[in-house]
Order: sequence, then C-alpha cells, then structure tokens
Amino acid sequence: MCGLVGYVRTDLPQQAGEPLLRAMTDTIAHRGPDAEGLWAQTGIGLGHRRLSIVGLADGQQPMLSADGNLVIVYNGEVFNFVELRTDLESRGHSFRTGSDTEVILHLYAEYGPDCVSYLNGDFAFAIWDQAKRRLLLARDRIGVRPLFYAEHEGGLYFASEIKALLRVPGIEAEIDPIALDEIFTLWAPIPPRTGFKGISELPPAHLMVVDDHGRRIERYWSLDYPDFGETADARPEAEIADELLALLDDATRIRMRADVPVGAYLSGGLDSSITTALATRHTPHQLSTFSVSFASAEHDESEFQQIMAEALGTAHANVHCGTLDIAQNFPQVIAHTERPIVRTAPAPLYLLSGLVREQGLKVVLTGEGADEVFAGYDIFKEDKVRRFSARQPGSSFRPLLFKRLYPYLPNLQNQSAEYLAAFFGARSDVLNDPLASHRPRMRSTAAAKLFFSGDLRATLGGYDAAETLLGQLPEAFARWHPQHQAQYLESRFLLPGYILSSQGDRMAMAHGVEGRFPFLDHRLIEFANRIPPKLTLKGLTEKHILRKATEHLLPPSIGNRTKQPYRAPDSQAFAVANAPDYVRDLMGKDAIAATGLFNPAAVEKLVAKAGTSGVDGFRDNTAYVGILSTQLWDRTFSSGKSSAVRVAAE
Amino acid sequence: MTETTQDTIRAFIIDNFLFGDTSQVVADDTSLIDNNLVDSTGVLELVFFLETTFGISVADTEIVPDNLDSIGSMAAYIETKRRAAA
Repeated sequence: MCGLVGYVRTDLPQQAGEPLLRAMTDTIAHRGPDAEGLWAQTGIGLGHRRLSIVGLADGQQPMLSADGNLVIVYNGEVFNFVELRTDLESRGHSFRTGSDTEVILHLYAEYGPDCVSYLNGDFAFAIWDQAKRRLLLARDRIGVRPLFYAEHEGGLYFASEIKALLRVPGIEAEIDPIALDEIFTLWAPIPPRTGFKGISELPPAHLMVVDDHGRRIERYWSLDYPDFGETADARPEAEIADELLALLDDATRIRMRADVPVGAYLSGGLDSSITTALATRHTPHQLSTFSVSFASAEHDESEFQQIMAEALGTAHANVHCGTLDIAQNFPQVIAHTERPIVRTAPAPLYLLSGLVREQGLKVVLTGEGADEVFAGYDIFKEDKVRRFSARQPGSSFRPLLFKRLYPYLPNLQNQSAEYLAAFFGARSDVLNDPLASHRPRMRSTAAAKLFFSGDLRATLGGYDAAETLLGQLPEAFARWHPQHQAQYLESRFLLPGYILSSQGDRMAMAHGVEGRFPFLDHRLIEFANRIPPKLTLKGLTEKHILRKATEHLLPPSIGNRTKQPYRAPDSQAFAVANAPDYVRDLMGKDAIAATGLFNPAAVEKLVAKAGTSGVDGFRDNTAYVGILSTQLWDRTFSSGKSSAVRVAAE
Repeated sequence: MTETTQDTIRAFIIDNFLFGDTSQVVADDTSLIDNNLVDSTGVLELVFFLETTFGISVADTEIVPDNLDSIGSMAAYIETKRRAAA
C-alpha cells in the first residue's frame, strides 16, 4: 500500500526528471511513510512512496525485473499473490523477493496487459516495458485504489493523488464547473472527470496502454446481472447461504495476508461485525479493533461496538468524535478528498485512521461493500416501496411504509401518505426511467444548486449530470431487475466515487492506513449478483441471505439489527458559537463573492438560518456542507487566481 | 384579499426556500415538490408559517399536496379555512 507517481513520453532528461519525481512523491508521503524510491530515464520516470506491509525487507520500489526490462510502481495489495506465484513458478518463473509486487511483474511478463484479469485485489500500478516502449497503467475492478492522470505538453503524467500532478510545472488547479454540478447532484464527479479541468481519473476496472501507437483505455471487467425473470441461482436458500459464507470466509482469509498485524474497523453494524468475526478465525493473535463514537445519540453506535468487541474478545480502541472535532479537522479532510463533499461523514473516519496509526497498526479490514453487494441501503427498499405504492395510486396506506425506512428522520415521520408518495415519486409514470431508484436522492441533493451563482449557472448552461450518467449505462442494463439496476448504479458510481474514495482510501491513507474490503472480493460480487433479489432484500429486510449465512457468528442483538446508516453531524458541526475562524471567514459574504461560485446573499441567509444550531433537512445541510467544502477546496488548491475569473472565462 | 395572501406566501417562499434568490419564478401554480422547493422539513416550516401568519389551524389530515403544493392551492385552502371559521 503506497503511493505512486510518474510520467511518460516527455522530453525530460533523467537529471530533470528525478527532482520532479521527488517533488511529486513528497506530496503523497502520507501514503507511504516507510520508504521512497525513484527511477528515471529520458522521457520516462517512476516514483514511489512505500507503506511496507508484504515483503518488508525486499519489496522496495520501483522494482525492476531480473532482466531489467520491466519496471513497476504499485499501490495496493494482490491478495491471491501466493497462488499466482505458485502457478508462475510451475511455468518456470523464479522469484527474488517475497513481495506481491514481483508477482505482478512476472504476471505481466507472462500475459502482458491481460495480467490484470488474474489479480484478486485492490491495486493501481504502472509498468514500463522498455523493450516494447510501452507503459501499462491499471486500476482494480471496484476502484479501491485511485489513479489520476493529466496530459501536458505531449507528455502523460500520473499519480495516486491529484496534488502530486499539481507539482508538474504548467499543470494548474483549475476548477471544473461541470464536476461541481455532478458533485451537487451525485455526490461525486462521473469518471474520468475529476474536480479539476484537464486532470482525469482512470476509471475502476480499466487499464491504459501508452506506446508508440498512442494511448488507449480499455475496460477489462464489468458488473453484470442476470436478465429480469431469469432464475440465475435456483438452489435452496440454505445452499446459497453456505456457498456465500465459504466465499466470504476465503475473501477474509486472503485479506489477512500481511507481514504486519491486521486489525479491523468495528462500527457496531452487521457488516463490520461479520468481517471482524471471520477475521478472528484467521489470526493466531488477539485481533485489534477500532471504532468511532459520537456524543449525539442519533449518530452513536458504541453500545453495539462494545457488545461485538466483548463477544469476540478483541483488543478494542475507540476515538470519540466530539462537538468541534469535525470542524477542526475539516480543512485536512478536504485537502485529502481533493474535491468538495456534501456530507461530513469522511471526517470521523479521518480521526479513526489516526487512531489506528497511533496504536501502531497500518492495515484494517472494513465491512464496506456489503450494502451494495447484498442490497443493504435504504435506497433499495425505497425503490421497492415506490413500486409497491405505484401499483395502487392514491392508496393512503402503502406510502406509509416510507416511514419505516427512515425512523431517524423525525420530519419524515410526520408526513401524510400523500406527501410521502409525492416526495418519493411513487408514480408508475416515473418508474420506467432507468435512473428511477436514484432520482429522489439526486433531486434532494440537486436542490442545493439553488445556491449556485449566476455566473456558475451561465457557465453550466443547463448541463444535466443525469444525462451523462445515462450515457454510461451498459446496453444490458434495461434487461435487469429494478433492484439490480439500483445496485449497479450504487456500485458503479457512488461506491468508488464517494464511499471508497472520500470516505475510504483518502481518509485511511491520510494516516498511512490501508483498508481491506472482504465484501468487495470480485468472486463474491460475481456470485452475489446471481442471487435472486428476493433473497437479498426479502420484503423490507435488507441483506437477508447474508444474515442467514452468518447468523451463527454474531450475537442476536447484532445479527438482527436493522441497518443504521453511517452518518455524522453536518451543518451542526460548524454552526456553533465556538467554531474555528475559517468557517466564518469562508462562509462570509466577501469570501463567497471572491470565489464566485455561489450567491453571496443566499449563502448569507443560509448561515443566518443555521445560527448556532445548524439547519434541518437534506437540502439545507447538503448546501451548507457543499458550499463550505467547496470554499475550502478552492482555498487549498486554487492556483491563486479567483475561481470567479476562471469559471467566467470558460 | 386572495392577491395579498398569494404575495405573502410568495415572499415567504422566496425568503425561506430560495434564500432570497428571485431568478426563479414562483408562479401561483408552480409545484413546490416538482421544483425541489420543499422537502419534508420544508412542509412543516410551511405549516408553521401558515398557522402563525394567517391565524388558521392546520389539521394533520390537511397536510397534503392538494392543499400546500403551490401558492394557488395554499391561498384557496386558507380561504376555505377562513370561510369555515366565519
């Protein structure tokens, strides 16, 4: 687990390349505090910061093949490297190190760019093939590890984080207004777009080949689901549950492979309790677990964290997220997300990875991914209730089921059936829309765009993020079960774009901590996607088949818990009397006007409405956090020119 | 009188839900839900505003889009309530 940087097809001589690589790697030192390395020749350079986890003594990078032809820099873990190595040895390959890095080198030597399809893991890497004068960039299937690139003056520059690219002379941080629109609709830009103009992301499950013929990007894996009505897995429930457990157990087992201790996040919910319970089977030592607690009862799950830690006998440590912690750490959070965010939920995870590091660990398992793979999120239930309600338009009972989905939203509890049906779009005429499942969330998020300034609106010219999203859907999408369609949208876009990025890699790696995700093992995903939807979301019970498969592992109070979404205080974290000065400064009329992205008078009213207790409701909280984080983002990354000038100059 | 009611409601909506932004036209028949102007919190803010401004009492069963989803429907609803009270 590490950070990588590099460039190719430039005219940079070695002497000029090395200082540039060093400047780039310095910006991502937090990703790899254990070692650094550079390799450069004319026109090609690779740099690396290392977090030593596998092959502690001999895994130094950039790593060259024995014949010196191949050079690799790599960020991530290939969890099946033991099996791959055995197979490669039987094909005549001999190894000099115990690292998974060398396994990728040999795999590339054997299979070329197709090597990625053999890898089970979370990775981003660059391999330079000197004989073929070919660079291969690749990123894991789900998008756990980041990889960004920019073309500049004929050369291609790439890095694990955007801040490294901004060290290349001539590459400047220039806000992409369309990205801002996408964030204020979908919570994240749609890849390959990032927050910055001219800087792209290699999308998950893609590879890029750069050679003398040019540059090409290819998808090498896709999420897939059976056609609606096709019984993909007709076996009895118990049999499916058995196979699920076996796969999940193996996914966890290979994610315990490391030459350093592996710990686990324990949120108190079902998913991390399962991964933690399975992890204890695969370590001879007492497992270290970590959690975050909150003062506010609506966010706190420490009671359940304690139950699980005691049940499993783990060495448990907790970090408390106090009233001011989110506000005080938010500038660092945005420096790491490198994009605006519309929720504060990443901030407590930033504190949590700090705790892990403080306790001397650098690898943790997490339960992330289970909600996408086994239909755990409310958005899946919501779509089911909408379709149920739409079958009897005007029913005064069916829409009341929406209240069951959101017990933690008091204002929703007070709504009439008519209003609930209207808010959730429970009408048959809107349910044929491919994005139907996500429209209510997109609408409630996009409502915050009313704060966009006139200049920004003019620049956007009626841009519609949903249209872009529609354009990225595969042809088979229309044939899938509505629940699978919703799961696809969640897994393809929000999971890599926000959950695994802003809440995941970026918060963990800020403190040099590697997250590992058993639920995102591609074997498990491919298996789960064939399970009939009625067994994942049974009635309104989420993750039914997962609960069945794992009920013997957990105390009933955990196994039977209804999902409590992970949330943190939003505007309430900033609209307090003793908030840090930057909040008042950046939300002030002058600062808003100087950035030019939002309407100063409207923001002034929002700040006044928030007072010292915050605002209620999705729209106002989305707006508050989105505007503040955009202001911080601009202050952190702007090249010194005002955003207003840059946006207006489109 | 209806005109005054509508203007008062419009001013509240512009101030409270549009944060003073007058670039969006809120016509008498503009749907507040379809145009993202209210969410579940907004509806309750609206009820609070109507009760305190127009001296009516809104029953739980009357909190439905038919009564509250546009300036026109709110004005008509208020008129009905006032007539019933007279």
